[in-house]
Amino acid sequence: MNKLKEVLQRLRPEFNKGGKYEKFRSTFDALDTFLFVPGHTTHGGTHIKDGIDLKRTMFMVVISMIPALLFGIWNVGYQHFRALGIESTLLENMIEGSIVVLPIVAVSYMVGLGIEFAFAQIRGHQVNEGFLVTGMLIPLCLPPSIPLWMVGVATAFTVVVCKEVFGGTGMNLLNPALTARVFLFFAYPAYMAGEYLSNGDFLWVSANRSEAIEGFSGATSLSLYGEKKAPVASLWEMFVGLEQGSIGETSVLAILIGALILIITGIGSWRIIVSVFVGGFVMGLILNAINAGLPIKEQSIYMAANPLSHLLMGGFAFGAVYMATDPVSAAQTNLGKIYYGFLIGVFTVMLRVWNPAYPEGMMLAILFMNVLAPLVDYFVIESNKKRRLARVK
Amino acid sequence: MVKTIKLTKGFDIKLEGEPLRFTKKKEISRNFAIKPLNFKGITPKLVVDQGQEVKAGDPLFFSKENENLLFTSPVSGEVIEIKRGPKRVIEEIIILSDAKNNFKDFGKTNLETASRQDVIKTMLSSGTWPFLLQRPFNKIANPEQTPRSIFISGFDSAPLGVDYNYILNGQDKDFQTGIDALKLLTDGNIYLNLSKRLNNCSALENAHGVVKTYFDGPHPSGNVGVQIHHLEPVITKNDIVWYINPQDLVILGRLFSTGHYDARKLVSVGGSEVVNKQFFEFIIGGSVSTLLENNTTKGHNRIISGNVLTGQQINENAYLNFYDNQITVIPEGHEEEFLGWLIPTYPRPSFSKSLPAFLFPNKSYKVNTNMHGEDRAFVVTGEYEKVLPMDIMPLQLIKACMANDIDNMEALGIYEVGPEDFALCEFICTSKAPIQEIIENGLTYIEKEA
Repeated sequence: MNKLKEVLQRLRPEFNKGGKYEKFRSTFDALDTFLFVPGHTTHGGTHIKDGIDLKRTMFMVVISMIPALLFGIWNVGYQHFRALGIESTLLENMIEGSIVVLPIVAVSYMVGLGIEFAFAQIRGHQVNEGFLVTGMLIPLCLPPSIPLWMVGVATAFTVVVCKEVFGGTGMNLLNPALTARVFLFFAYPAYMAGEYLSNGDFLWVSANRSEAIEGFSGATSLSLYGEKKAPVASLWEMFVGLEQGSIGETSVLAILIGALILIITGIGSWRIIVSVFVGGFVMGLILNAINAGLPIKEQSIYMAANPLSHLLMGGFAFGAVYMATDPVSAAQTNLGKIYYGFLIGVFTVMLRVWNPAYPEGMMLAILFMNVLAPLVDYFVIESNKKRRLARVK
Repeated sequence: MVKTIKLTKGFDIKLEGEPLRFTKKKEISRNFAIKPLNFKGITPKLVVDQGQEVKAGDPLFFSKENENLLFTSPVSGEVIEIKRGPKRVIEEIIILSDAKNNFKDFGKTNLETASRQDVIKTMLSSGTWPFLLQRPFNKIANPEQTPRSIFISGFDSAPLGVDYNYILNGQDKDFQTGIDALKLLTDGNIYLNLSKRLNNCSALENAHGVVKTYFDGPHPSGNVGVQIHHLEPVITKNDIVWYINPQDLVILGRLFSTGHYDARKLVSVGGSEVVNKQFFEFIIGGSVSTLLENNTTKGHNRIISGNVLTGQQINENAYLNFYDNQITVIPEGHEEEFLGWLIPTYPRPSFSKSLPAFLFPNKSYKVNTNMHGEDRAFVVTGEYEKVLPMDIMPLQLIKACMANDIDNMEALGIYEVGPEDFALCEFICTSKAPIQEIIENGLTYIEKEA
């Protein structure tokens, strides 16, 4: 370790102002502080500080995504071989999945961190760690067959337009990873919401239609419900994640493991996670009740769907646990978080069922509530002010 | 029926170096200093010159804002230096004690017959008035105002907090005299707030003429601001309450029973780098040099007048701050730590459950001054709320202070708080924001503008 420290110390002058590599100072700082927590001491204020910092916080979120990532890699392989009608082993699934998923992850991190480092350098800031999380969320919320250049374009778009334009980490209004997804969703709809791509590839499976076995469908439960057909997967399969979908979103089980990590460490807000699920479930029940009151002809299989299936299908769980909880774009007051989460759940199910143009309501519901979060907070803060004033005897 | 208020929010930081309940008589340094900068909002006007002889209780300077408000010498001796800083600001008035304890006589006061004006006059002229502080703004009380009530926090919940049960042991009479004097200053209640978790000494437990309330909860339950919030909240800037430290109240009681400004006090000396962790007899303004001489470990240490959350860094020859009853010495943390954010190489206290500290709630830590991270933008939300046991939205108030938004500062509770109430928020902050400074600046701004 001392050797490494010596090397870094020897290199430092080159990166300082006036040095040969002055332009890479932020990058050097980021690397240096990643390896060694600086020996900075407190000055003014409290003399001691908590062991927690933003690096650790963000890293914990990344750790919580590992179960979903690993399952996603496996499932990409599994679905690939299933489409081709080939029996495959765990290892084969993982290898095939890795070939598809890891390049997407790599592109997301390289493009995003590259832009972040450049902005930090221009602004004379230090590199914030927020992108560690965003860079992993982007691949997990995209279909496995997404072209790599699209990943790059979407990442660049979100880092610049969603984040840096507003002032960087901590200042953005919208969730950056979802902004990347929504950018692709509207710019290249066929690549985000169809079943097949123009070249004949399945969207949700890394396989070509011409090679697939007969009877294999590229449809997800969500898209089938959208077409008023019964889903292919059972509730149990949806829970475990043995279905097609975006890379990290299919396994509710893996996502719940992540949720547990986030809630126990206190890094993800349990208020948001729980209330999103409750909101979705309640809206599912309401739709059931409305449906039951309609004439038989107008009843729909989607409105009658088991409310639980809404929580297990598509990106609901993934959005609730990893996207809605982004502290920067979510509501910031404790009470506000509950309203915010609940409304995300409600709007998601509402969009899914009543707006067939958008089979996945989660993304739009979260972005919509990102925009409304300051308003939710405003009402909570005003009620606090009123309550405080009311104490006058 | 004595009320108990249970607080669940907050955090006890357990540190190594708890002082023994034992007082050593040690000859203290003969140098003393009164530092005008210890008194917020005061512009000092000197009344002594270098070389002048003073008695204990003789004025050194007064406040330009109120010429009757005197700041006096804690000992008798000679003014040997008037130390000035940048822009000729008076930093320290240093007195060399003659070790004779010549007191200026203020006359004994019979509190049963004395009037409010008598008490105020004696306190102002003896230099004990600055013991009385006020909320809002946490500054020296204004003798021309009448407070709604007066608060005494009988316990210190801060890390290595001062044990007032030990300090007040045997001081029952002077403590009660102090309370009797306070009763003349307000038409409202004198609140004495005690810890539910400690065995309170007789001076506190038997005090009469006060409204006693027990507080049960982690730090900052001992902060007087938290207690005021739960008993008689300060809602507008016209709701004035005063507060006083229990040991200062003993000195005040002594003044009324003897007629002397006898500024002796016990000082708690603790922290992992102190050799003899214990109490010392001391006098206000004394130099810490003799207490710490051969009494700290070798190595690069930080000496703090006060506690690790709110105290001020001083050097080994400096003087204890006027309001402090405590010296803490902890190691500096200049060492870089390889991947320290991921795998901490030594135990450290943390409120976050992402570090293993929460599994060992009773462990005491040898803590250093490392930042354990770097300044970052506000990202994480919901953490300050867990350590502020008040119906106040900390993040929103902090932001209002940063934006100098007077309306929101008022509505969100700036008048109820002092920087010390936000010390834990600052300690646990993931983004390492200087929160006490933000609150202090907010208070300064609103006092000037509103």
